[in-house]
Amino acid sequence: MSALNTDLAQFTVAPVCHDIQINGQTVGLHDSGVLWWPEESTLVVADLHFEKGSSYARRGVMLPPYDTAATLEKLAAVIEAFDPACVIALGDSFHDRDGSDRLPPAYRAFLTTLQINRDWIWVTGNHDPVAPVRLCGESVEEIRIGQLNFRHEPVETYDREKCAGEVCGHLHPAARVRRYGRSIRRACFVTDGNRMVLPAFGALTGGLNVTDRAFRPLFSARKFSAFLLGNDRLYPFTASRLIGD
Amino acid sequence: MDASLLPNRFLNWFAERGWSPRSHQLALLDHLARGRSTLLIAPTGAGKTLAGFLPSLVELDMRSKLPPGSPGKKGLHTLYISPLKALAVDIARNLETPVSQMGLDIRIETRTGDTPSHKRQRQKINPPDMLLTTPEQIALLVSDPAAQELFAGVKTIILDELHALVTSKRGDLLALGLARLRKLAPSLRSIGLSATVAEPDDLRAYLVAQLDPEVRALSDIVEVSGGAAPDIHILDSEERLPWSGHGARYAYPEIYELIKQHRVTLVFVNTRSQAEAVFQDIWRINDETLPIALHHGSLDVAQRRRIEAAMAAGSLRAVVATSSLDMGIDWGDIDLVINIGAPKGASRLAQRIGRANHRMDEPSKAVLVPSNRFEVLECQAALAASKRGDQDTPPLRKGALDVLAQHVMGLACANPLDPLTTFDEIRSCETYRHLDWETFERVLDFVATGGYALKSYDRYAKLKQGKDGLWRIANQKIAQQYRLNVGTIVEAPMLKVRLVRSKADGRRTPVGRGGRMLGEIEEWFVEQLTPGDTFIFGGEILRFESMKEAEVYVSRAKTENPMIPSYQGGKFPLSTYLADSVRHMLATPSSWQFLPDQVRDWLRLQEEKSVLPTRDGLLVETFPRGNKFYMVCYPFEGRLAHQTLGMLLTKRLERAGAKPMGFVANDYALSIWGLMDLTQMCETGRLSMDALFEQDILGDDLDAWLAESHLMKRTFRYCAVIAGLIERRHPGQEKTGRQVTVSSDLIYDVLRAHEPDHILLKATWNDAAEGLLDISRLGELLSRIRGRITHTRLERVSPLAVPVLLEIGREPVYGEAMESILEDAAEDLVQEALA
Repeated sequence: MSALNTDLAQFTVAPVCHDIQINGQTVGLHDSGVLWWPEESTLVVADLHFEKGSSYARRGVMLPPYDTAATLEKLAAVIEAFDPACVIALGDSFHDRDGSDRLPPAYRAFLTTLQINRDWIWVTGNHDPVAPVRLCGESVEEIRIGQLNFRHEPVETYDREKCAGEVCGHLHPAARVRRYGRSIRRACFVTDGNRMVLPAFGALTGGLNVTDRAFRPLFSARKFSAFLLGNDRLYPFTASRLIGD
Repeated sequence: MDASLLPNRFLNWFAERGWSPRSHQLALLDHLARGRSTLLIAPTGAGKTLAGFLPSLVELDMRSKLPPGSPGKKGLHTLYISPLKALAVDIARNLETPVSQMGLDIRIETRTGDTPSHKRQRQKINPPDMLLTTPEQIALLVSDPAAQELFAGVKTIILDELHALVTSKRGDLLALGLARLRKLAPSLRSIGLSATVAEPDDLRAYLVAQLDPEVRALSDIVEVSGGAAPDIHILDSEERLPWSGHGARYAYPEIYELIKQHRVTLVFVNTRSQAEAVFQDIWRINDETLPIALHHGSLDVAQRRRIEAAMAAGSLRAVVATSSLDMGIDWGDIDLVINIGAPKGASRLAQRIGRANHRMDEPSKAVLVPSNRFEVLECQAALAASKRGDQDTPPLRKGALDVLAQHVMGLACANPLDPLTTFDEIRSCETYRHLDWETFERVLDFVATGGYALKSYDRYAKLKQGKDGLWRIANQKIAQQYRLNVGTIVEAPMLKVRLVRSKADGRRTPVGRGGRMLGEIEEWFVEQLTPGDTFIFGGEILRFESMKEAEVYVSRAKTENPMIPSYQGGKFPLSTYLADSVRHMLATPSSWQFLPDQVRDWLRLQEEKSVLPTRDGLLVETFPRGNKFYMVCYPFEGRLAHQTLGMLLTKRLERAGAKPMGFVANDYALSIWGLMDLTQMCETGRLSMDALFEQDILGDDLDAWLAESHLMKRTFRYCAVIAGLIERRHPGQEKTGRQVTVSSDLIYDVLRAHEPDHILLKATWNDAAEGLLDISRLGELLSRIRGRITHTRLERVSPLAVPVLLEIGREPVYGEAMESILEDAAEDLVQEALA
């Protein structure tokens, strides 16, 4: 009876995820673009690209300065919903290596409150190859937890052993589907059950079509599925149903 | 008019050719001699261009006789602005003839985007007497720190095709450049050359500085009356007139007969795809293999030039063409213009017909070929307008804010910018006189730091205000950045079309490279193709093979019946003037005597089965058909306004539980269909037509829809590029692998969510209201029909509704459905799995 209650409590409290297996581990894909690993109470988010706006502004391109706020709000919402014991930011968390230094004080404070009472792991990425300054959390190049291996850039290999359990970001996957003569393009998760690429979470981050050659070294013979982000659910497609831009 | 204004050398030149100066040419000389800016309105063939240049030629001739070293002997004297670089080059060539024949010592040069950079540099240091150029080049030149020196002595600026220039953002850019030139060159006089327009005073005001907020300053005007009235009639076809469609296929044999009977025929159509289809089908019946060619803006430039040359040389019998301005250039001896489809505007029709005729004393001959029954009404209305000489050119636009932002940056690149004097200078443009100080400050703030309420970019500012109150650019890089982004034309991305061998040949050879280039095609068009689809391009039926690195690979298709691209409506909606005339005609059965029998019978039948639309009201019909229920209304406000209305009504009907499924719109009518019986819903009071068409639909509903509308996002992108927020994509700078550019859609979303009253969103809204969404016209419609909606409940489709219903399936069907597309597509998988 108590077991049932626990189940019910989970059912009502935890956000609805699309459960799949990666290297034998059950993980949930959420329509916000985060990955939830219930067994480890770990939330994984890729490519936050904080301070992208100010990074462009430095070069004279005055993008709206609201990207960090927008990304933080979205991140706060999922953290509140999942209440994870650990958060892994999968690299490119800041748009450039000075990004964490430029982070305005109010946002820094907000981000710090999100880090209270949980582990926080900053995986470094090509945009932010150094540990963020004046922020909590551990900075690593990659980290292995149980059957899963978290890093920023995917390893280019078809060898299923070498990339088993790899969870990464970097590519900003997006997919396009056509129907009724119209097409729709959304950010997406990409997986073959052995490894997984997360969509970019940041507010001003564009997407790269999964038919692009950059994805070719990852999945042999285009054998993968894409889970497109919808308004309140995910839409799964096999690679053969996806079209290029 | 007194010919003594012309020196002997000029008079002799006229006399040697057996000509005498025309009175408007002398009049223009006279006005200019008195230092007056002047608008010249004349039909094609009246010697308008020569009239514009004559005062400058005379003055430059006198100047050349000054002793060497006299003040004002050297330097730029005249600027000529053309909407097209090809036209500028052509005019320069044509001017050389009289200049050399009269032995005038005048240096004439062109400056366009194609002019090599060393020549452009030299032109700044050692300018010619006359410079023939484009609005973009003027913007570039006034942003140069040397502008003061270059332009100080300029006496005359000639604005050619002014009626066409002022209708777009290029006209805004030119107006602002002109304001700066007036300041740099105190003795500047403007000459505007224009076709006949509805409001000449708009153009007269455009030409001069507006210094008094109460009184509109006007230039002088010289008008040349019409020339011979054109001989226009509507094709009196023996064939059955189609209910709908845009091909006018029924009339091809009769069109072919007309081509045979004339020396050279110009066949105008409204869109590229129509041009392709007409060309294809006329060749199919071209038993005598008459030389008939195809000309439109997407064809390869070299091919276009070949066709133009053949036309000028008289070796063609007909050209099927879209009416790009491109064609202002000499077209030789055309004796018939055929206009297929609806003219869309009375002035547009007059200009098309006029363009073909280069001798004003002979009447132009034109035949209108309506492609369906509604177009018969529209052609009839245009014909009547032409007889009366009525014009329906659009009113002068209000200057756009994105263009203003670009201009402000340009001014700052030239010199430190004083906000107060700059504000006055900008307001001296007729198109910007409504600008208020607060908006100007916001534009300035936008240029400096992006104009955000959150002031976090001050340290990265592109413009910085000094202690002296002047704004300066932060560094030279910003000026370079500006120069790369000048201009207001944001092209739809085009892809090259390359001919290769077909994969479908059975031979297992890869799609080869290096095939012939056929031209360019819009990216959105290619997006909707899947390999194997066939379409017409460049007069051939092609099969889409694949896309490789921004090139479209196609092969020759073996089919006779291509999947013809859906008709992409004209770029121009039906003018309000013609729309009103058509409504008036429908409501006045006594005017039907001029209509073909078939059309008259059709309208009588409508009278019998339903009712006729009134002139000021709105007719709404509801009826069942198949297992669906339809609503058709007839606003006659043009496709763009109808599409917007359809989108909004669908949302409302959804909320009312009417389960709408889609809609289709044309220039005349709008049809929505769904699963619920609208007639019954009205009878039981669940739905009211008055409430459905209530004006407040332009409030929250519009707002909610705009958030998602891709039309709005496209408009935003154009504004963001013009205003300099995001950089233009330059050729050869394609994305490599990863997405390097920031998508303007994402910027739009972030901006809407966090700063909905940002200046760029305001600019976008202004554009949308006039442009793609035509909201202003929709607003006028809704207020016109208030309390005047006639709802008729029918058992079946009415005669008037047939055309728009026939377009279902041929036209794109609109609807929200973005998320539901995914849902349906994902459902497929489930079906597949269960099977």
